[in-house]
Amino acid sequence: MSKHHNKGVLLEIRDLKIDGYADETWVPIIKGVDLTLRRGEVLGLIGESGAGKSTIGAAAMGYARDGTRISEGSIEFDGMELTTATSAEKRALRGSRIAYVAQSAAASFNPAHKLIDQHTEAPLHYRIKKRMEAQEDAMELYERLRLPNPTEIGFRYPHQVSGGQLQRAMTAMAMSCRPDLIIFDEPTTALDVTTQIEVLAAIRDIVDQFDTAAIYITHDLAVVAQMTDTIKVLLKGEEVQHASTEKMLDAPEEEYTKSLWAVRSFKRPQKSRPEDDSKPVISVQGIDAAYTGGAKVLDDVSFDIYPGMTVAVVGESGSGKSTAARVITGLLPPMKGEILCRGEALPPRYQDRTRDQLRQAQMIYQMADTALNPKSRISDIIGRPAQFYSGLKGQGLKQRVDELLDLIELDPAKFYNRFPPELSGGQKQRIGIARALAAEPEFIICDEVTSALDQLVAEGILKLLDRLQQELGLAYMFITHDLATVRSIADEVVVMQNGKVVEQGAKEEMFTPPHHPYTDLLLSSVPEMDPNWLTTLLEERGVDNIGEAASV
Amino acid sequence: MSMFVIGYYAALITASCIAAYFQNRKAFMLLFSLTLVSFVLGIVGGVPALRGVTVFAGILALAAGTSYAFREFLIQVCSPAIAKELRTAPLTAAFGMFVIFTYAIAGIFAPWIAPFGQSEVIASAFEPPNEDMLLGADQLGRDMFSRIVYGARNSVGLALVATVLAFVIGALAGLYSAVKGGWMDQLSGRVADVIMSVPSLIFALLILSIFGTKLWVIVLVVAIIYSPRVFRLTRAVAGNVVVMDYVEAARLRGEGDWHLIRKEILPNSTAPLIAEFGLEFCFVFLLIAGLSFLGLGIQPPTADWGSMVRENATLISFGDITPLIPAAAIALLTVAVNFVVDWMLFRSSGLKEQ
Repeated sequence: MSKHHNKGVLLEIRDLKIDGYADETWVPIIKGVDLTLRRGEVLGLIGESGAGKSTIGAAAMGYARDGTRISEGSIEFDGMELTTATSAEKRALRGSRIAYVAQSAAASFNPAHKLIDQHTEAPLHYRIKKRMEAQEDAMELYERLRLPNPTEIGFRYPHQVSGGQLQRAMTAMAMSCRPDLIIFDEPTTALDVTTQIEVLAAIRDIVDQFDTAAIYITHDLAVVAQMTDTIKVLLKGEEVQHASTEKMLDAPEEEYTKSLWAVRSFKRPQKSRPEDDSKPVISVQGIDAAYTGGAKVLDDVSFDIYPGMTVAVVGESGSGKSTAARVITGLLPPMKGEILCRGEALPPRYQDRTRDQLRQAQMIYQMADTALNPKSRISDIIGRPAQFYSGLKGQGLKQRVDELLDLIELDPAKFYNRFPPELSGGQKQRIGIARALAAEPEFIICDEVTSALDQLVAEGILKLLDRLQQELGLAYMFITHDLATVRSIADEVVVMQNGKVVEQGAKEEMFTPPHHPYTDLLLSSVPEMDPNWLTTLLEERGVDNIGEAASV
Repeated sequence: MSMFVIGYYAALITASCIAAYFQNRKAFMLLFSLTLVSFVLGIVGGVPALRGVTVFAGILALAAGTSYAFREFLIQVCSPAIAKELRTAPLTAAFGMFVIFTYAIAGIFAPWIAPFGQSEVIASAFEPPNEDMLLGADQLGRDMFSRIVYGARNSVGLALVATVLAFVIGALAGLYSAVKGGWMDQLSGRVADVIMSVPSLIFALLILSIFGTKLWVIVLVVAIIYSPRVFRLTRAVAGNVVVMDYVEAARLRGEGDWHLIRKEILPNSTAPLIAEFGLEFCFVFLLIAGLSFLGLGIQPPTADWGSMVRENATLISFGDITPLIPAAAIALLTVAVNFVVDWMLFRSSGLKEQ
């Protein structure tokens, strides 16, 4: 708050209330939030999903999304009241004085136009610059954002550019009219840790250079600590705490804030492989795999998973983690190598496996929304595997479903007859776990199970998985790109890059140097709570090779 | 000026004033522009034109009233879950449902409703309406009203059976193609292409003239003609569902194709299919009516709306509206079904009113 204290107020939101339309009535989603933003100040909005972060972000542009309405309060942007402004007045602000950077750049760019044409659209529309001038300015911004080939990259189409580069191009686009305020709505959530750093550094530099005010919306505390001057914590549409970043990190006052900070503390003791010569539950041996007609996605991948152990498979997107899971389940028959289950070779195609072999390996998916049939009752979703594998019927089946619901800490009486769309993200993920457990497997593949969830909810899921492992002796293959998760739950780690296993071993070993350079890169890219982490890291790595470091 | 004209304008202007007073802008604009239009209409067309407008407005109001009451009735009768959906139905959809309901009653209870049998000759040819015959007699002296009522049973019933059959064939093939993929998908896709490449009416005429105009042949031919459309829609909708993780989970569990189709895919693709069903029903109905008109559909003396139009077509040249009555019956049903389908499409498209 200090360094911008004497600057003019740019955005002032007073007692903002926003309603959302649900079940034919208006329910409040934002219940009176105040916000003051000075020129050049960066404010972080954090909270769980459904806390109303994005809604406030949109409201700062005077925009109420479909199905919502601003019911009360005032939004004053540079002396102009946005709640009463006509849509023409607000339209004149957007793009030129207030810009927005969305979470998924890939979904926000129009795939049919070149980047630079989309970039110059706003300056041309507002007649701020001539086309050639705007293009030159775009190239300059690309250079400042450290995009490779700044003079050429703008003439590509969005699909010809990587995700991190696209996100930076979008930030450049938001800058095209030199706005006073930029709203960043989870700009790095969909990116890998290594890519995230490039984008974070770029955003921070450009906001600094042009003295732009920004609202940074995210659920990742470590990220927000790097980027912002002040932090506002939201819970269910209400403000919990507002303080400067240092104060917030060092001495959080409210109970809820403390709980957010404590999330990453969950850790459980590491287990080691069983001493006797028991066979691994799943043993992947020299697998090569490719999708039809494509290049090799997996190249000589081997690892073992012993009973009761958690093996984390980490790597960036495109490194072949999920493909390895598809090979194990039999969805993608390998070109070479085999999968052993307790020493016996499994047929490569799932169609050829026996019911018992299928039962052994269950899967929990990343997106609980698409992993549960929205038109089936919870009792059917969980009951079906139990009925299918164990032949339970009637009362016995009902009892088993109740038992499973108890196991995942959901009240059977309340959830038995409900449908998935009625549940929250965390509850859905628990149902996904129960469905896997219903088959009574020995081995479960967890594919990014926590990455779509908020930190508090994610921690609940991790604790649940850990408890189930202890009670039922399950083995997990834990696919993730989040090393914090690995640190808390894994026993062994397999690091993958470009379809190859670059390093594997027990967790303690993996987290202590010396590392393989790629492991090192992954590890050092995980944001830490320290507000100076990014600065220090960039100094260590040198400004120029943050992006290229990923392709060692 | 007659009392009617004075009353007409007085009523319109009073209504406009009331609307203006209560600040109901839309109603005011509607009423007052109607008043202005009526001035012109009254000068050009005289009293009959104004009477026409009054009757039309009266019919519209009656239809709206009926639809409103019918929707309330349905909300009361149905289970809470359905009632909640029905509340969102616009009046047009309620009107459509009312018409469909009426046709269904007429079709099911035809023998009790119709005063005469469908092939019973009771008067001389083309006799005008009288106390016995509500709508007069047709070219052989049969009661027009009774034949319309029986026609509801024959034409609508036949179209319904044919549409259901088309859906069973098309949807099953579409779902299996989506689940199986590969050569099965290719094969059914190409078969559908071949059927669709032949103009439907020509194809129907050809087959019917080869195999004769038996009822089951008509049903089968019409079903085959329309099944590729259903197939393509189902294939597309199911294609989006098949890639979901829950289908993959069911596959990895070792479930058979039939379980996948029945439990995982079908429940998630019903909405567009139901909407398509209404649309296809209209097309099938019109095709059968068209075939009957051409003499290759339902054979006399069975009452059928399409052939009734043809049989009485000569009356048109004498300025009589009798042949238009079965045509109007077809039109009304088509419009009604489309009203309901529009509402369902709106719901399944996921658009919600702001």
